[in-house]
Amino acid sequence: MIRRIYGKSWFSTAILAGLLLVVSFVSLFVGVVDIDINTLLTDRNAREFEIFLLSRIPRLLAILCTGTGMSVAGLIMQQLCMNKFVSPTTGATISSAQFGILLSLIFMPNASMWGRTLFSFTMSICGTWIFVWFIQKIQFKDAVLVPLVGIMFGNVIGGVTNFLAYKFEVTQQLSSFLVGSFALVIKGNYELVYLAAPLVVLAFIYANHFNIVGMGKDFAGNLGVNYKLVLFLGLTIAAMITASVVTVVGAISYIGLLVPNIVAMFRGDKIRGTLVDTALFGALFVLVADMIARTVIMPYELPIELIIGIVGSILFIGLLLYKLKNGRKAIRLGRKERNCHG
Amino acid sequence: MNVCDLIKKYDGKTVVDTVSFTIPKGKVLSLIGPNGAGKSTVMGMISRLIAKDSGVIRFEGKDIGKWKSRELAKKLAILTQHNNVQMKLTVRELVAFGRFPYSGSRLTKEDEKMIDQAISYMELEDFQDRFIDELSGGQRQRAYIAMVIAQDTEYVLLDEPTNNLDIYHASNMMRTVRKLCDELGKTVILVLHEINYAAFYSDYICAFVDGKIAKFGTVEEVVTKENLSEIYKVDFEIIEINNKPLSVYY
Repeated sequence: MIRRIYGKSWFSTAILAGLLLVVSFVSLFVGVVDIDINTLLTDRNAREFEIFLLSRIPRLLAILCTGTGMSVAGLIMQQLCMNKFVSPTTGATISSAQFGILLSLIFMPNASMWGRTLFSFTMSICGTWIFVWFIQKIQFKDAVLVPLVGIMFGNVIGGVTNFLAYKFEVTQQLSSFLVGSFALVIKGNYELVYLAAPLVVLAFIYANHFNIVGMGKDFAGNLGVNYKLVLFLGLTIAAMITASVVTVVGAISYIGLLVPNIVAMFRGDKIRGTLVDTALFGALFVLVADMIARTVIMPYELPIELIIGIVGSILFIGLLLYKLKNGRKAIRLGRKERNCHG
Repeated sequence: MNVCDLIKKYDGKTVVDTVSFTIPKGKVLSLIGPNGAGKSTVMGMISRLIAKDSGVIRFEGKDIGKWKSRELAKKLAILTQHNNVQMKLTVRELVAFGRFPYSGSRLTKEDEKMIDQAISYMELEDFQDRFIDELSGGQRQRAYIAMVIAQDTEYVLLDEPTNNLDIYHASNMMRTVRKLCDELGKTVILVLHEINYAAFYSDYICAFVDGKIAKFGTVEEVVTKENLSEIYKVDFEIIEINNKPLSVYY
C-alpha cells in the first residue's frame, strides 16, 4: 500500500524548500555593500565578512523566522476559530502585542529586549483570549463578522496605545514596533525571534489536536480531546509567535492571513499536511518582499510592511475573486495516484 | 449503561427532569418526542458532552464522569450535527481521526487497516480523496459514520442523523444504523424526529415529553394511537406494514 505521503505531496514541499534555499542564498548578496563570494571565502578579516556575519545572516534568519512564525500563527488561529479570515492582524494579536510593548516603554523604560517581550507576550495572549472568548460567546451567523469584530477590537487597542504613547511621549520609540522592518536587525538584537522556531515545532506536534478542535466542540469531545485546553494552548502558541516577531521587527500584516489560505487552496486543511508548506511559503513570501524593499530605492530601503501591504492586498483581492467564482473548490495539481483500493 | 435521576437545568428552567432508564445492549434505541422535550440534552449528558446537574450515569459499572475522556472515546462514539462543515479534510483524513483515541497522531498499520475497512463498509472508496466540504449532505454523513466505525466503539450515539437528508439518503442512513447493530453488534442510540423511521428501524423507543420519559418500551409497546396522540398532541392513525406499526398524522 502506497500512502499519499510518498506521492506528489512531497513534491510541492521539495520545490518550496529548494526555492527558499536559492532565494535565501541570493538574498545574502543583496545590499548596499557589494559582497563578493571570493573575498568572503579567502579573507576572514575583510570588512565584507564582518557585514556578512553582523547584518546579512542575522537579517536572513530573522526573515525566515518571521515568515514561518507569522504564517503558522495564522494557520493555527484560522483552524481554532473555524474562520478563514482570522489571523494575528484580524484577531487583535498584533495590536495587543504593541500595547504590551507600550506598557513596557512606560513602566520599564530601560527594559531589555527580554523585558519588553514579557510585556508583549502577556498582552498578546490576553488580547487573543479576550477576542476568542468574545466570538465564542456571541455566535456570529456570518463568518465575515468575526474578522470585522477582530479588526475593530484591534483598532480600539491601537487607539488606546496611540493615546497613551502620545501622553507619555514615547510615540517615537513606539513607532518602530508599529511598522515592520528588517532594517534594524543586526547581531545581538534579533535573537529573540528564534523563539518562533520551537513554537512552530510545538504546533506541528499538536497539529492533529488543532484540526480536531477546529472541527467543533462536539467532534473534539467525541474523540476525547479537551476542547478548551487545546484551544487555549493553540492560541497561546500563536500569540507568543506573534509577540516575539512584533518585538523584534514590528508588525507584519497579511502573512498570517494570506499564506495559510493560499496553501490550503492546494493542500486542504489537514495541518500535518500543510504546516511545512505553509511555513516554507511564508518564509519565501517575506524574503522576496524584503528583497524588493531593499532594492527598489537603493541605497535606501522601504519598510517591508509597505511592500507586503501592496502585494498582500492585491493577492487578497485575487483570493476573494477566485473564491467568488469557483466557490470552495480546491485546486488540484494533477490526479492523485492511489493503489490501495479494496 | 444505565441512567438514574438525571436532571439538567438551563437558567433555572428544568430541561431534563429526573430521567431514569437502562440502555438495552446490542439493540437500537430511538429517543423521540416534541421539540424541547430534552432528548438531545439527555444524549449529550450520557455521552459526557454536556455536564449534568445531578443524577448518575453508569457506564460499564463506572460513573461516566470518572472515565478518562480518551478511554471513553474507545467505547462510546457520539455524532452530533454541530460539526464544522467548511473544513477541507479529505474523507480519508476525517475517517482517520476515528483512530485518534487509540494512537493519537501516529497511525499504526492496524489503524490504516481499520480505516480502509470503515471506508469500504460505507462504500466511500471512490470518495476517499475528496474534500468533505465538496460532498453532498448524504455523502458527508456517510463519511462521518465511517469515522465512527473506525472509532470501533461498542456504543454509537447519533443525534438526528437524518437531519437535512432527503428521503432516499435518510432511509439509507437508517438502514446503515440497522446494519451497525445487526452486523457489527453495536448498541445504537438515536435522537429522531421521524417517528416512522424510529418505529421501522429500532428495537426500543424512549419518548420524552417536557423533560420526562413519557413512554419507554419496545416499538410495539410505544407506537400506539393513544401513546402518540398523548405525546405529540396530534391525532394519529396506526397502520401495520411488514409487522411494524407505522403512524399517519396530518
